[in-house]
Amino acid sequence: MDNVAIELRGICKTFGSIKANNNVNLILYKGEILSLLGENGSGKTTLMNMISGIYYPDEGHIFIDGKEVVISSPKDAYKYKIGMIHQHFKLVDVFTAAENIVLGLEEQGRFDIKAAARKVKELCDRYGFVLDPNKKIYEMSVSEKQTVEIVKVLYRGADILVLDEPTAVLTPQETRKLFDVLRKMKEDNKAIIIITHKLHEVLAVSDRVTVLRKGETIGSVATSEATVSMLTEMMVGAKVELNIDRTEPVNPVPRLIVEDISCVNRENVRVLNDISFVANSGEILGIAGIAGSGQRELLESIAGLQHLTEGNITYIDPENGEKKNLRDMTPVQIRDLGVRLSFVPEDRLGMGLVGNMDISDNMMLRSYTKGRGVFLHKKEPATLAERIVKQLEVVTPGIDTPVRRLSGGNVQKVLVGREISSAPTVLMAAYPVRGLDINSSYLIYNLLNEQKQNGTAVIFVGEDLDVLIDLCDRIIVIGGGQITGEVDARNTTKEEIGYLMTKSNGGEQ
Amino acid sequence: MKKERKTREPLVHITKRATIPLWKAILVRVVAILIALVISAVVVVVFTHKNPVEVLRAMFNGNFGSARKVLFLLQRTAMLLCISLAVTPAFRMKFWNIGAEGQVLMGALAAAACMFYFGKTKMPNWLLLILMFAASLIFGMLWAIIPAIFKAAWNTNETLFTLMMNYVAMQIIQICVSIWAPNGSGVMGHINPTTYKGWLPDVFGQKYLINIIFVTILTGILFVYLTFSKHGYEISVVGESENTARYIGINVKKVILRTMAVSGLICGFAGFLLVAGENHTITKDLAGGMGFTAIMVSWLAKFNPLIMMGVSFLLSFLHLGGVQVAQDCRLNESIPEIITGIILFFIIGCEFFTRYKLNFRSAGKEEAK
Repeated sequence: MDNVAIELRGICKTFGSIKANNNVNLILYKGEILSLLGENGSGKTTLMNMISGIYYPDEGHIFIDGKEVVISSPKDAYKYKIGMIHQHFKLVDVFTAAENIVLGLEEQGRFDIKAAARKVKELCDRYGFVLDPNKKIYEMSVSEKQTVEIVKVLYRGADILVLDEPTAVLTPQETRKLFDVLRKMKEDNKAIIIITHKLHEVLAVSDRVTVLRKGETIGSVATSEATVSMLTEMMVGAKVELNIDRTEPVNPVPRLIVEDISCVNRENVRVLNDISFVANSGEILGIAGIAGSGQRELLESIAGLQHLTEGNITYIDPENGEKKNLRDMTPVQIRDLGVRLSFVPEDRLGMGLVGNMDISDNMMLRSYTKGRGVFLHKKEPATLAERIVKQLEVVTPGIDTPVRRLSGGNVQKVLVGREISSAPTVLMAAYPVRGLDINSSYLIYNLLNEQKQNGTAVIFVGEDLDVLIDLCDRIIVIGGGQITGEVDARNTTKEEIGYLMTKSNGGEQ
Repeated sequence: MKKERKTREPLVHITKRATIPLWKAILVRVVAILIALVISAVVVVVFTHKNPVEVLRAMFNGNFGSARKVLFLLQRTAMLLCISLAVTPAFRMKFWNIGAEGQVLMGALAAAACMFYFGKTKMPNWLLLILMFAASLIFGMLWAIIPAIFKAAWNTNETLFTLMMNYVAMQIIQICVSIWAPNGSGVMGHINPTTYKGWLPDVFGQKYLINIIFVTILTGILFVYLTFSKHGYEISVVGESENTARYIGINVKKVILRTMAVSGLICGFAGFLLVAGENHTITKDLAGGMGFTAIMVSWLAKFNPLIMMGVSFLLSFLHLGGVQVAQDCRLNESIPEIITGIILFFIIGCEFFTRYKLNFRSAGKEEAK
C-alpha cells in the first residue's frame, strides 16, 4: 500500500526477564493521527523508542514506504524522517528557540542562523504555531518549549512524528491549541502517533487507536467506533468501574491553617507568595495548577522541609483543640509534637522511598528510631511490609525486593501504604497517581477517600482536572506561587479551573 | 535471499540482565582470571623471553614460600583491609574520602610521638600502648573531620579537600622526623629499639599476628555496624538520597560528621597498628599508598566488609608476588606491575558481563531470509 507511512511487524524487546514488547504489530498511514493507548508498563514508550533509534528490537521488522529498514541509531531515524517528541524536553536552556532547532545539524559551510530563523517562521505560519525564534528557552513556558521540540523535528523534515504524552504538562486550553496544530499537520499528509492514557483526548484528536497491553498488541479500532468503556476494557483486559465515590465531608472542622506564607528558593526567587488556606478534617482539599507553580514548595513547607520567610502554619489537635505552631519545625520536631502528618511526595524514589532498599527497609524509614538500643528492630517493619503487600496487592517477588525494581504503581502503593499506616490526621499527597495505570489509580483514590471518611484532612495535589473535580470537595488553584482562586468542586468546570491556572502567571507567560 | 536488502542487523547488541545465577557469576570471574593469566603469560614471553610458568611459580613462591612469607602476606592483607574498612562508611554515604593515606599517617604520627616522648620515661608499657592507641584515633579522626565540617557547613568538595590533606600530613611527618631523627640524618630508624616500649607484643611467638587478630575483629564489628545498627541505616539513607533523609528528618550534617569521624577513627587505628605492630618507626611513606589502594578495595567489594577480606587478600597477593618475581627472575619491576594491571583490568572488566548480555546476530536467522 502506498499509503502506509510505517509498519511494524512482530517486534519483540526484552529487558532482563521483562518482555516489554512481545510480537507487536502496528500500521501508521500517511495523513492520520494514531493514538497509542495502554497502561503504564504496556510497552508504548519502548516501542516508540525503537522507531526513533534509541533501542534496537530483539526481533521483528520495520517497514517504511514498503521497504524493510534497520533503525539502529537516532541518526537512522532522522534519515527515515522520523521525529520523536519526548516527554522530557531535551533543550539547551540558554539558547534561543532557533538555536535549539538547528543544534546538531551537520551542514556544509558557514551557518546562517538568520535563514534558519526564517525557515522556522515559515513552519510556524504553515501549521499555526505561535513561537518567537529569538526567545531563550529559559524564558519560555512549558507549552512553548514543547512547540520548540515539535518545530525542531519538523525542521529536520520529519514526516512521521511521535509524541510521548504531550498533554501531561499542558492546561486544557493549551491542549486544545496543540490538537489544532496536529490536525493541520495531518492535513499536510504527516503521519502522527500520539502516546497518551487520557481517553477523552484519544477520542478528541485521533483517527485510529491501537491498544497495547502487557507488551502485546490488543487491537486497533477507528476512533469513530470507539467508546471510553470499550477502550478501557481493551487496555485493562477486564471491565472497570470508573466511578469515584465522593461522599459528603465528614464533620469538617479546621485542622490545618496556613496563613500568608511565603518562601524563596535558592536563587532567591519567590516561589510562594502570601498563600493562605484552611484544610478541614474529613475533607479532600484539591490543589490545582500548572506543574511548578509552587505546589511542591507548599507541601514541603507544611512538612517542615522549607524555610519560610513569612507566615504561619497552625495545626489544631483533634483531641483537645490545642493549637500548635508548625512554622520552622523540622520533620522530627513535628512528629515529636504529636502531629501525625503524612506526606506522599511527588518524587517517590528520590524522596519518599529509597530505591535500592527493599520494601521492608523502606517501611523502616518512618520508624527506624523507635525501639531501644543502637540496633535496628527489623521485625515490625517486616510485618508492616507483609501487610501492605497483601492489602494493597503489591506485585512483588517478596518484601526483600528493592523498590526500584517494582513498577510505578507498585512503588506508589508501597509509599502510600506506609504513609497511611500511621493513621495520619493530615495526609498530603502530591501527584499520587502520576504514571499509574487505571486500576492502581482508582485504588489510590479509594484510599484517599477512606482517609477522608476516617476524619483525616487530605490535601491532594493533582494534574488531571477531571479527577480533581470528581474526587475533591474544595479546590484551590495556584499560579506562580499565589492562590488564584478557590472553587467548590461540585459546582465547577474544567474551563473555570484552567482559566484560574493561567490567571496570575502574567510575568512568566 | 532477497537482493535489495541493503541494511543489516548490527552484529551485536547489548541488553541488560535482570539477575544472574550464582554459578554464572562465578564462572564469568573464573574465566576472566584465566584469560588474564594467559595474556600475562604472552606479555611475559614477548618482553622477557622467560618461561611464564616460572614467573607464575615465583609469584606463588613470594606469598607461600615459607611460613614467614605467609604471615607477611596476611599482615599486609590485614593492613590493607583495615584501611579499606575505614573508608567504607564514608563511601556508603557517597562521601568520597580519598584522604585515608593522610588520616592513617596522622594516626601513625601520633603513635610515634607518644613512643618517642614517653618511651624514655617510667610509664609502664601497657599504659603507653593505651595512650598511643587513643592519640592515634584522635589524630586520625581530626584529619577526617576537618573536611567533613567544611562539607557540612559550606558544601565544599570533599574529594579535593581530603586529597590535599594527604600532602599536608606527609609534610608534617617530614618536619617531625627532621626534629626527632638522630644527628639530623633525616631517617628515624626503630623507636625504642632496645626497650621495645610501645611495641605491640608478639602473640603465640609470632610477630604481626596481633595486627591480624585486631583487624579480623574490626571487620566483624564494622559489618554489624553498617548492616544492623541505626547509624548504619542512616548512612545508607543519606548515601542513597539526601532528599529522602531530609524528608524523614535525618540531620544530614550530623550524619556526615559522625560518619567521617568513624572513618577517621579507623584510619587512626590503622596508623597505630602500622607503628606499634609492624614498623616501629615513622616515615612519610609508611602507608605506602595503601590509603589509595584501599579505595579500590572498597569499591571492588561493593562496600561489603566481608567481601573486602577477599579483595585485600588478592591485591596483597599480587603485590608481594610481584616483588618476588622481580627478584627471582631478575626482571624489571614494571613487569609484575603490568601483570597486576592486566589481572585487575579483567576482574573489573568482567563486571560488565555480569550486568549485561551480548546478543549476537544469529547465523540461522540470516540464512532464513
